[in-house]
Parts: sequence; C-alpha cells; structure tokens
Amino acid sequence: MKYKSQKVAYWFFAFAMLLLVLQIVYGFIMGFSRVGYDVLHDFIPFNTARAVHTNLLVVWLLTGFMGAAYYIIPEEAERELVGIKWAYVQLISLAVVGVVAVVGYHFNYWEGRKFLEIPRPLDYLVVVNVLLFLGLILGTLFKSKKRTTTALVLTLGLVFAALLYLPGMIWFDNQTTDSFFRWWVVHLWVEGVWELILGGILSFLLIKLTGVDREVIEKWLYVIVGLTFISGILGTGHHYYYIGAGKMWLIVGGIFSALEPLAFLGMALFAIAMYRKGEKKHPNKIALNWTIGTAIVAFVGAGLLGLAHTLPQVNMYTHGTLVTAMHGHLAFWGAYAMIVFAFVSYAMPNLTGRKLYETARGTYAFWLANIGMMGMTVGFGVAGVAQVYLERKMGMEFGDVQNEIKVHFYIVIACAAMFATGVGLYIYEFIKYGKPNDEALIPENTPDNAALV
Amino acid sequence: MLLSKKNARVFFFGGTIVTFAVFIVMSVQTLVKEVPVKTHEENLSKEVIAGKKLWEANNCMGCHTIMGEGAYYAPELTKVYERRGEGYIKAVLQSSVPWSPRGRKMVAYNFSDREAEDMIAFFKWIGEIDLNGFPPKPEYKINKNTK
Ligand code: HEM
Ligand code: HEM
Ligand SMILES: [Fe+2]
Repeated sequence: MKYKSQKVAYWFFAFAMLLLVLQIVYGFIMGFSRVGYDVLHDFIPFNTARAVHTNLLVVWLLTGFMGAAYYIIPEEAERELVGIKWAYVQLISLAVVGVVAVVGYHFNYWEGRKFLEIPRPLDYLVVVNVLLFLGLILGTLFKSKKRTTTALVLTLGLVFAALLYLPGMIWFDNQTTDSFFRWWVVHLWVEGVWELILGGILSFLLIKLTGVDREVIEKWLYVIVGLTFISGILGTGHHYYYIGAGKMWLIVGGIFSALEPLAFLGMALFAIAMYRKGEKKHPNKIALNWTIGTAIVAFVGAGLLGLAHTLPQVNMYTHGTLVTAMHGHLAFWGAYAMIVFAFVSYAMPNLTGRKLYETARGTYAFWLANIGMMGMTVGFGVAGVAQVYLERKMGMEFGDVQNEIKVHFYIVIACAAMFATGVGLYIYEFIKYGKPNDEALIPENTPDNAALV
Repeated sequence: MLLSKKNARVFFFGGTIVTFAVFIVMSVQTLVKEVPVKTHEENLSKEVIAGKKLWEANNCMGCHTIMGEGAYYAPELTKVYERRGEGYIKAVLQSSVPWSPRGRKMVAYNFSDREAEDMIAFFKWIGEIDLNGFPPKPEYKINKNTK
C-alpha cells in the first residue's frame, strides 16, 4: 500500500468475513429445514433464517465494497483519506446496526419485505452511516487534484446505491405500489448501480494485475457500464410482469432485460482480453484467479441464468419458484461475492507485507468454493424446474411437490459443504496474513504496475 | 482507434439519461393510470391495510410468496382466498400449534379473530388484482392423497 490510511480497509474485510460465516450458518439451517430437520423451528423459524441469510449477504457485500473503496480511493486520488478516525467510527456503527437488526429478526422485529427487512428506525441509522462513509470518500476526492475514471465510476456506484435505498423506506398501503418501489432498490442495485461498483473495482484490479494501459481499460469500463444502465434500467420491467402493473412492461421489460447479459458478457470478454494483452503477469496468481473468475461466473450466474427466466412467457411459470433461488445464488456469488474475494486477495499482501501469492490453500479455496457453488446452483435448478412442471403444469399441491423434490436438497447440502470448506480455507488464509502494518508501505510514486516491472 | 474514451463516456452518460427518462415516464403512467385500476384501489379498506401490516410485521414473505414474491418454503398465497376459503385460512392463522399438513411447520401465530379477519381481507383483495394472468392455471390436475 502507498498510504497509511488504507489500512482501515483490513477491518472492513475482517468484519465482512465474519458476517459471511454467519450467513453460511443460516444457509445450512434453511437447507436442513428443507429436508425435514427443522429442529430449530421454535427459535429460528425459516423466515428468520432467511431474513438473516439474505441481509447478512447484502451487509457483508456492502462492507466489502466500502473496504475496497477505502483502499482504492486514496491510491487513485494520490492522497491519504480525510478524517481517517471517522472511518473506524463508521465501521463500528455499521457493526452495531447490523447486530441489532440480526438479533431483532429473532424476536419478530422486522419489516417483512424481501431483502428490505431492516425495520424503519434502523434504516435511518443506516442512512447516517452511509452518509458518513460517502462524506469521507467524496472529501478525499475533492481534496485531490487527480480524478480517474475508475474512481469516478466506483464513486458514482456508491452514491447511487445510497440514493436508491430511499424509495425502499416509504410506506404504501397498496401492495403493488410497495412492490413496485421495492424493486427500485433491489433490482436497480444488483442490475444497475452495484455493477458500477463491480466495474470500478474490476478495472482497478485489471490495471494493477495485468499492467495494461489505464486509458484502454477505462474506455472499456465506460462501454460496459453504459450497457449496464441502458439495459438494466428498463430491464426493471421483468419484475413488473405479474404484480398488478400494466402489460406494457411485458414488452419493454422483456426486451431490455434480455439485453442485460450483454453487459456481463462484455465484462467477461474484457477481463479475459486484458489478461491476455498484459505482457507481464502480476505474481499474485490467486487475486488474478478471483478477478477473471468473477467476470466469468457473473456472466454465467447473472447473465445466462438470468436470461433463462427473464422472458415473460417463461417467467409466468418460473416466477416465485426455486428457479429464482438458483439464479440468485450464482448471480450474487459470481458478481459480488467473488469481486470482494478478488479484492481482498489482491489487497492483503499489500496491507500486511506477506506475499502468500500462490499457496495451495488459496488455490483449493478458489476451486472448492466455486465448484461447490456451481453444484448448489445445479441442485436448486433441478429442484426448481421439477417444481415448475409438477406444480404449475400438472397442478400438484405445493407441499406434495416439495416432498417430491426434497432429494435435490441433499445435493444442495452436500455441495454447500464443499462450498463452505472453500470459504473456510479462504478465511483461514485471511487470518494467516495477520494484521496490516506500516512496514508494508511503499513509496508514493511507485507506478501502478510496480509488481510487474 | 474507432472508439475513443470520450465517445465511450458519451455512450454511458447519454444512454443512462435517455433510458432513465423513459423509465420515469413509464413508472408515472403505471402508478397513476394502471395500478389504481388493476388493483381495485377503491377496495383498499381499513381491514385490508391492517392485513398488510400484519403481513409485514410477521414477515410472512419469509416463507411464502405473494404475487410470486417472497420465499419458496411455503405455498403461493395470491389465490389462497379462492383456493381454501375463509374457514380454512382462519384455522391456520389461529392455530396455537405449528400448522404442518405436509411435514413443514408454520409458525403458530395464535391470531385474534380481528387479526385473522384483517388478514383474510388482505388475501381477498390481493386475489382480485389483475396480474396479467399470474398464477398460470395448471393444464392438468393431479391429486395425491396427502390431505
Ligand atoms: C449480478 C446481477 C444479478 C443478481 C445479484 C441477481 C439476483 C437476483 C435475485 C436475488 C433475484 C430474486 C429477487 C426476489 O425475488 O426478490 C432475482 C430475480 C430475477 N432476476 Fe436476477 N440477478 C442479477 C442479474 C440478472 C440479470 C442480468 C437478469 C436477466 C437477464 C436477471 C433476471 C432475473 C429475473 C427475471 C428475476 C425474477 C425471478 C422471478 O420472477 O421470481 N437477473 N435476481
Ligand atoms: C452453505 C451455503 C448456502 C446454503 C445451504 C444456502 C441455502 C439457501 C436457502 C435454502 C435459501 C432459501 C430459498 C427459499 O426461499 O426456499 C437461500 C436463499 C438465498 N441465498 Fe443462500 N445458501 C447458501 C449460501 C449462499 C451464498 C454464499 C449466497 C450469495 C453469494 C447466497 C445467496 C442467497 C440469496 C440471494 C437467497 C435469496 C434467493 C431468492 O429469494 O431467490 N446463499 N439460500
Ligand atoms: Fe432484476
């Protein structure tokens, strides 16, 4: 690292890893409930486990993005972060809000709106927290004369993500209107502004890891995020087919959401092309694996598996079935979990000075986690397709169908065990790196691709 | 080079502004013209709204789907009023032991009469929304006798 204040990123990453472990624990609780072992029902019924599982996911990803931003922005702006003490305050307050929310979910303290379960009073604290975060990032950028495209795209993503949280905080009497605005948060996040964050981080990593000229990488970054918004904004329509909105969305949502995979395809081709173009390779092989991996798995999970059920004729049957869970897992994993893993793998050697660039542990972590997640996706997918045919075509009772497809959840659990082993190894490696320290500082004027020269 | 960074930037900002403007126009049209009609907003009674509050306060969506949104652990409830009728729904909501007709347990909510009726009003209202044909009608009807 070049700036002392970048060290704060480490604590965000550590907190993110902790939440990820909890997310996986609650995933297993749900997995076991589905095969008949709902043993914790009295304390952790399925809806509690689910709210915890998905909210921890969102919070650890955001924590990871924030950590990445605290690392990237000083380096792009070529100066220390402003108000570094406040960055620690921000992390601690984020942790407090997170813990209160998760504990609350066990005591019926929530708002039963999928993905936005955080109760309203805590929403306000989230807003304050995010404002503090944005204040530090924007403050740092404003004090610097240097404005890079990578920093701009990343920051735009973060600012829009904060703004889009607001429509989710309004009460509507009408369930349809409620749902309409819920998608402004959920869809416009994952298929819009979060892709800017993803693109910004990816571009930073490619600049550092492949040594390709910044101008070339940033030009393609604009093209990709352009494709994202052009398809993704009107693509919101794929959630408006069957919730009481007009028929116009069937056409507009169908066409534009079917174009969304282009942005992910662009990202995958871009990452691979830059990797091949870069003449020298960075010795941090593990970070490179995760970086190229995220672009490819995001294309499969979000792009292809999203496309699979995005046309209204198909979605009519798959809407609200396990087919959605199949796509949700691989999309979140490929696009957002993996980019955080990529960034952490890149940043840790620089923060700590220990160069665990190509360890067996790190390599196994990559393959076990990815193959495990692929297996889970197939398990959810097979269960989902069977559910669609039995329930929606053949008219079998929901509960009978679930008993028929139970067997696939043993596969999901087995693959989840493999996945969890991979994540476990990754976290073990993270711990092995130790704490960040000032001895890892390198001179400020070191070039972008220092490790390559 | 055919495409310069400047062109790429124009593509990004221009494309975003145009599609966003279209999106806003369509959204206004939907919320002002379509939703009130398709959802029969005139039937949004105090009871229905109280039902929606209960729906959220208990995170029913954490197991069930409604209009296809929610979790996949328990049945779709959009048409539950039509499918099961009031008596059945009331029995489920007022049960003091976990309801579990096919193995999976529901939380025992022990609702009061008032609460159960509000919830039913909500389901009745939801069931009448014009959802562009969702949920699809099965082409066959299989009955396995696991009542
Ligand atoms: C990284 C990007 C993406 C992530 C993280 C993601 C994640 C998700 C999640 C979690 C859901 C379930 C939402 C809910 O029911 O509350 C969902 C639904 C959906 N996604 Fe994605 N998605 C991504 C990209 C895409 C893309 C690019 C497409 C289309 C090409 C797509 C198509 C869909 C469709 C059609 C649904 C609705 C499923 C239903 O009707 O139940 N997604 N996505
Ligand atoms: C041990 C690993 C995991 C297991 C066993 C697991 C299991 C589950 C189960 C059973 C559900 C509920 C589906 C339902 O409503 O019936 C779920 C939901 C979900 N999980 Fe996981 N999960 C695991 C890891 C993950 C990871 C690593 C991610 C993200 C990268 C993730 C993202 C999600 C999302 C987005 C949903 C909501 C999906 C939707 O509503 O369509 N899960 N998970
Ligand atoms: Fe979407």
